[in-house]
Amino acid sequence: MSKVDLSVNIGPLKLRNPILLASGTVGYGNEISEFTDLNKLGGIITKSLSLRPRKGNPPQRIVETPAGMLNAIGLANVGVEVFLKEKIPFLKKYDVPLICNIAASTIEEYVECTKILTEEETIKAFEINVSCPNVREGGLQFGNDVSAVGKITAKVKAVTGKPVIIKLSPNVSYIADFARAVKENGGDAVSAINTLVGTSFNIFSRKPKIYNVNGGLSGPAIKPIALAKVLEISRNVDIPVIGSGGIMDWKDVVEFMIAGSSAIQLGTINFIDPSAPGKILEQLEEYCIKYNISKISDLTASYII
Amino acid sequence: MLIIKSPVEKTIELDHDIYLLKIRCPEIAGIIKPGEFLNIRVSESMYPLLRRPFSVCDVEGDDLCLMFNIFGEGTRMLSRKHKGDLIDILGPLGKGFNIEGDYDTAVIVGGGLGAAPFPYLTRRIGSRKNIFTFIGGKTHRDVITYGMKNVSTATDDGSKGFKGTVVELFKSRFSEFRGTKMKIFGCGPNAMLRSLKEFCIANDLECEVSTECVMACGFGICQGCPIESTEHPEKYFLVCKDGPVFNVNDVVL
Repeated sequence: MSKVDLSVNIGPLKLRNPILLASGTVGYGNEISEFTDLNKLGGIITKSLSLRPRKGNPPQRIVETPAGMLNAIGLANVGVEVFLKEKIPFLKKYDVPLICNIAASTIEEYVECTKILTEEETIKAFEINVSCPNVREGGLQFGNDVSAVGKITAKVKAVTGKPVIIKLSPNVSYIADFARAVKENGGDAVSAINTLVGTSFNIFSRKPKIYNVNGGLSGPAIKPIALAKVLEISRNVDIPVIGSGGIMDWKDVVEFMIAGSSAIQLGTINFIDPSAPGKILEQLEEYCIKYNISKISDLTASYII
Repeated sequence: MLIIKSPVEKTIELDHDIYLLKIRCPEIAGIIKPGEFLNIRVSESMYPLLRRPFSVCDVEGDDLCLMFNIFGEGTRMLSRKHKGDLIDILGPLGKGFNIEGDYDTAVIVGGGLGAAPFPYLTRRIGSRKNIFTFIGGKTHRDVITYGMKNVSTATDDGSKGFKGTVVELFKSRFSEFRGTKMKIFGCGPNAMLRSLKEFCIANDLECEVSTECVMACGFGICQGCPIESTEHPEKYFLVCKDGPVFNVNDVVL
């Protein structure tokens, strides 16, 4: 039995610890389970699911940038039907809270996806992706519009009794306005942040390195931005924040929690070291023991400014 | 799939800016197959951040051999590793070549650094089949024949061997193989693989090719390395997981 209480609450969602694996960096759980014991994690968030399967963008989808990477996968996914039939059975074997990330091109599609998925008891919560920078329709077009984010929150909440988390875009001037819209429309929490829009050129061919031209920047390069956005929400809106953006080790986890996160998501690090989530969790516990932190949730928004 | 830190045994400069790195790694050396690959974290710092994929070039006892040219900072750092330095390896990854099967002659066609997986393929096929190898490059400096058998070379500028592409060289020698049951193994730039595919289809030849794509994770979670499927245009294969070796008929090159 752990000496430290690592459990955290994201609104009504209770997690055994604050470590979540970010959408799009764990597939549907099976590959990463070879390296990290899923049962030890706070939860996993699936690759964005859409109503119908999506092929995603042609290559090149990824380019490395200083201390980061750009990706433009284009929400490639199997669709809700295949997910329920083929992916859920594997996930059912684990005792880890499963959060389904949903992406859509229209408000109706968000609602329809949630309606279908909410019936599946393995799914404990939803994370609504209103901030994918890599698709033509939906994604950022919603994420940049406060009233659309509010409307999606309300409509999705209306069709599920499960916690709804809205994944916010950092590509806005005042992210707290969006978090407020989520709260006012009944949303349970926000994830902050999704990737930042970026691009990269080949200086010889003068062409963008990524087929989609723009991609989403992730990795340690975005950590200070993510921390500032988490802090902005934390200081202005009373809503649980799941922090993400360039977390590479346990120290980053602590920093995100101090800045206002109730839980965090590991993303890009999973590509580099898929065994990192387990290690980070152990080191986090060691940190708590060493510094006499009996409840890790006490770290949340413990900043002294 | 393992993540393991293994010591460098030797770094050899094969040619100008082309290196062979030998890493003592019995855990992976004992199980890896030709055409499979390793994703290597060159540095624990944030530059480079991501792992770099390398196909296994050869296995010598407990040693894994990687062949690479200096392309960017990651490969430059790798070329400077010394005996005893630890290399962070994720592998073995992907699906490799199928060397079994009903053929008596293996024809290996490689372009430039695309020759990298073939020493190990050659070793594993051994003396069970006849092996003929065609290696091409832009100039003689791009033609790498390390660890290969019965090699004929081609260069675009004629500075070594046949003047022309490696596929043209193979075509010019094709009549020598009439009457044998052939299997073709290809690896190289996309344009080369495309023309190899065309020739194999026209002549009804069984052919496997090793493909390449920028990727992050190497095992299917980042979805960064799509390749078009012939049979299922509605979805992509992933180079890292469904490949990197494919039957040439299964993918759009």
